[in-house]
Amino acid sequence: MTEQLYYEDVTIGSEITPLVKQPTTRQLVMWAGAVGDYLPIHYDKDFAQSRGLSGVIVHGQLVGAFLGQLVTDWIGERGTLRKLSCSYKGMNYPGEAITFKGRVTKKYVQNGQHYVECGLWAENSKGEKTASGVAIVGLPSRG
Amino acid sequence: MAEGLLGMERLRSKIGVEWEPKVCQIEREMVRRFARAVGDPNPLWQDGAIAPPTFILAIGFEQFVEDLTALAPFGTVLMGGTEIECYQPIRLGDVITASFKISSLRERQGKTGKMAFMTFDSSYKNQRQELVAKCRQMVIGY
Repeated sequence: MTEQLYYEDVTIGSEITPLVKQPTTRQLVMWAGAVGDYLPIHYDKDFAQSRGLSGVIVHGQLVGAFLGQLVTDWIGERGTLRKLSCSYKGMNYPGEAITFKGRVTKKYVQNGQHYVECGLWAENSKGEKTASGVAIVGLPSRG
Repeated sequence: MAEGLLGMERLRSKIGVEWEPKVCQIEREMVRRFARAVGDPNPLWQDGAIAPPTFILAIGFEQFVEDLTALAPFGTVLMGGTEIECYQPIRLGDVITASFKISSLRERQGKTGKMAFMTFDSSYKNQRQELVAKCRQMVIGY
């Protein structure tokens, strides 16, 4: 774990430490079991191809969970993830590296709570954005 | 299925109607298995006492897909997007009740035929009836 992030440490444009994942088909099976997502497009290549895909694809929600990890790694133990939205724009395939990135877009105080808003995205190894999202987090203040 | 997708009228009749709630008691191993599947080494969830915010994706999902495909027999479904709002962490021993409803439905022509674009809203309450999270998911069926 990195040291605790404080509201005062963050400026608009600050980058979130990137997170790199390279999910294997084994990891897709682990995710399928952990959340109960047994849709065969994530483990059966023939079936995936019959639905117009080039092969099995990474679960969109696993990409969402990776974006969640990007944020919770960054905000530390005392930060709280209030809102996470993600939109899955392209397919991710097992074996390919996905890099998760984010940047601070807004910071504000509301009812005494310190909030930071960030834009998030996922890039495949070709540099294409396969997902994008927004997170709103609460951070402790040195106040 | 040139005429459209099967089950669309059944789905349409369910707009705004809450489905049978899914009840889930949070066990240590469920949380740890989730963190391992993500490959998330954060010490906060390693002992399973607190679940990561995205853990709600695991609650009721299997039953949700079964209910959905019983209404409309899609070849498959894809996730188009997810929005999660977290009000408090889910903890070991919590009994979470997840309620799902379809809030919008559109049918569009896609590359491989008709596709259904659905928005589902779900809310998650603990054993004290406190709202712990809400989720909106964009789901594509075809």
